[in-house]
Amino acid sequence: MKMTGAKILIESLRREGVEDIFGFPGGSVLPVFDALYDASLNLILVRHEQGAAHAADGYARATGKPGVCIATSGPGASNLVTGIATAYMDSIPMIAITGQVKTHLIGNDAFQEADVTGITRSITKHNYLVKDVRELAQTIKNSFHLAQSGRPGPVLIDLPVDVTLAETEFHYPKTHDLRGYKPTLSGHPGQVKKAANLIEQSKRPIIYAGGGVILSGASAELKKLAEKTSIPVTTTLLGLGCFPETHELSLRMLGMHGTVYANHAIMDSDLIIAVGARFDDRVTGRLDAFAPGAKIIHIDIDPSAISKNVKVDIPIVGDARDILLQLNKIVKKPRIKPWLDKVKTWKKKYPLGFKDDNKLRPQYVVEQIYKLTAGKAIITTEVGQNQMWAAQFYKYTKPRTYISSGGLGTMGYGFPAAIGAQVGKPKDIVCDIAGDGSIQMNIQELATAVTQKLPIKIAILNNSYLGMVRQWQELFYNKRYSHTFLKNPDFVKIAEAYGACGIRIERKSEVEKAIKKALGVKDKPVILDFIVEKEENVFPMVPAGEAINRMIGGMA
Amino acid sequence: MKHTFSVQVENKFGVLARIAGLFAARGFNIESLAVSPTNDPSVSNMTIVVNAPDERILEQIKKQLNKLVDTIKVQDLTGENFIDRELVLVKVAVNPKTRPQILEIAQTLEAKIDEAATKDLTLEVVGDQNKIHTLLELLKPFEIKEIVRTGRIAMSRH
Ligand SMILES: Cc1ncc(C[n+]2csc(CCOP(=O)(O)OP(=O)(O)O)c2C)c(N)n1
Ligand SMILES: [Mg+2]
Repeated sequence: MKMTGAKILIESLRREGVEDIFGFPGGSVLPVFDALYDASLNLILVRHEQGAAHAADGYARATGKPGVCIATSGPGASNLVTGIATAYMDSIPMIAITGQVKTHLIGNDAFQEADVTGITRSITKHNYLVKDVRELAQTIKNSFHLAQSGRPGPVLIDLPVDVTLAETEFHYPKTHDLRGYKPTLSGHPGQVKKAANLIEQSKRPIIYAGGGVILSGASAELKKLAEKTSIPVTTTLLGLGCFPETHELSLRMLGMHGTVYANHAIMDSDLIIAVGARFDDRVTGRLDAFAPGAKIIHIDIDPSAISKNVKVDIPIVGDARDILLQLNKIVKKPRIKPWLDKVKTWKKKYPLGFKDDNKLRPQYVVEQIYKLTAGKAIITTEVGQNQMWAAQFYKYTKPRTYISSGGLGTMGYGFPAAIGAQVGKPKDIVCDIAGDGSIQMNIQELATAVTQKLPIKIAILNNSYLGMVRQWQELFYNKRYSHTFLKNPDFVKIAEAYGACGIRIERKSEVEKAIKKALGVKDKPVILDFIVEKEENVFPMVPAGEAINRMIGGMA
Repeated sequence: MKHTFSVQVENKFGVLARIAGLFAARGFNIESLAVSPTNDPSVSNMTIVVNAPDERILEQIKKQLNKLVDTIKVQDLTGENFIDRELVLVKVAVNPKTRPQILEIAQTLEAKIDEAATKDLTLEVVGDQNKIHTLLELLKPFEIKEIVRTGRIAMSRH
């Protein structure tokens, strides 16, 4: 049967199992929106395309399915860019569909033309400009395969209007036709054997787990490895939840704002088992001082991530789950009792903490959210202090429950990501732990959340500052608070104006009641405006360029 | 150190930009780049010569080239047994005194000569890097007006 390009797009998305799309219309996607009018796909209309991209990303992180967003050519497409880059940096499967001007106008500076495949070349795993409707179905098949396989990432499909209007026979291909794309999935058994030997001989081993564990669905195998060997586990920011933080072997997060005990443990280790993590500079601190006595086993699906920052002794390229399954079959428990005792001592000596007095402190707020949601919520975050406190004072026990822009550090990410997460997980409690600065970067999405009746909780840790930047100014720029003070709007009134619920909390004693009230709201978003201590700092902290065991403010 | 890569890629629009972008984004200069179709019309071959400051960066270049979806095969020919050629056109200014000297150089290096102009001679030389190097050394004392090179093309002998 002959179909238009627009219909082919919708039908192909359906075949890929897509149910929800986040988008915003415009001239060059009119044919697609027309086809959506009577399609069974659920389009969530956002108020800014950046919101669509972050929502698709949050949807993907919460559900594991690829997120889909759509925007018109020119400004619509360029508004997606930050969201695509955010997904790219954190390896999130996403399909971004953009309209494009008619093929014969491309390159003519036509109305609302932007070279979107050019602009997004370095922030997508791959992108396509489809110039012939007969190539559309295969392109979509390839895009979904690319987005989800190997090291996942966003794929952009640019669709000129005439292509979506043109007709052709529709057959959805069964497979991709990417001959040059063959990610290594299965780990080399010889390498796995070597790793097992090294683990068995180790005296001070540590598992360092990242977002790759979550992407590969390897949490159960990771736990098995840890329990079988008694090796303690620290995770990156993106790895939060891949190993239960309530587990006695958990050292929680490491790095710039990680726990003192995780940082000491990795620095003193003689073997690092890195799984789906990439030795980012926020984790390693000063590179030439990082874990000087450690051998490194690096499990990663992306060969280019291996030996990029640190020299690796045993690289194992492949899917984390596959490799851990192999490893768990042969690995033997090393003799590490003295090491475990040492780690325990660190844990006792340097717990995470804050001054729990009568003041309304942001850490207390996060702790209360943890308690009152019984640790079961999906937490998204903005960027800055809020993001770090959300990592430190909420304990994550399941993958896909801490959703945050790690690699790009995008302010304005958390709220639209929460929309995506709530659409994908309608039964879960979704809470954006926000800053007063960040929330204003995509606050317009309140309209989306209200329209969709999404009961998202937005907990603003309102310190009247771009707090993380202020913290650096306090510590490293002589308290010269250059342009970081914020004169904020009344967030309660904003919530109400949008038809959401707004609650202001000014005293510690009001926190519990307010959170309970918010949890009781089931049909609209709630803004909790917590007026917290203005100059609270995130500690512990590794100053930029220092070794990660040179932490400041480590002791509570 | 100079490295010669032979890369097979999909013969599609945008592929060259991806390859070039990969180098540009990391601040590396491509020394030479030759692109052409192959016996399979859907495949293009690129010979890329780069100056890699160290091994780690070289490894990254290789891995990043491999990572591109449109890349079919990457060969690092450096250190392998390979055949390489380049074609160079050199326009040299001549006078009655230098003319026979240039013609002699041309003869030694089996260069073809384009004598259409009177004030200069254009030499066309095909050869491996040694030969090209020799040519340019020999012509140094003379007034070179223009040089155009195709860039290296290379093929493994295996
Ligand atoms: C889009 C964007 N612009 C700038 C920054 C730099 N930046 C990082 S944290 C931060 C402050 C965030 O302030 P707020 O949202 O109030 O969070 P707080 O640190 O106070 O919790 C800024 C400006 C960024 N990460 N993202
Ligand atoms: Mg703030």
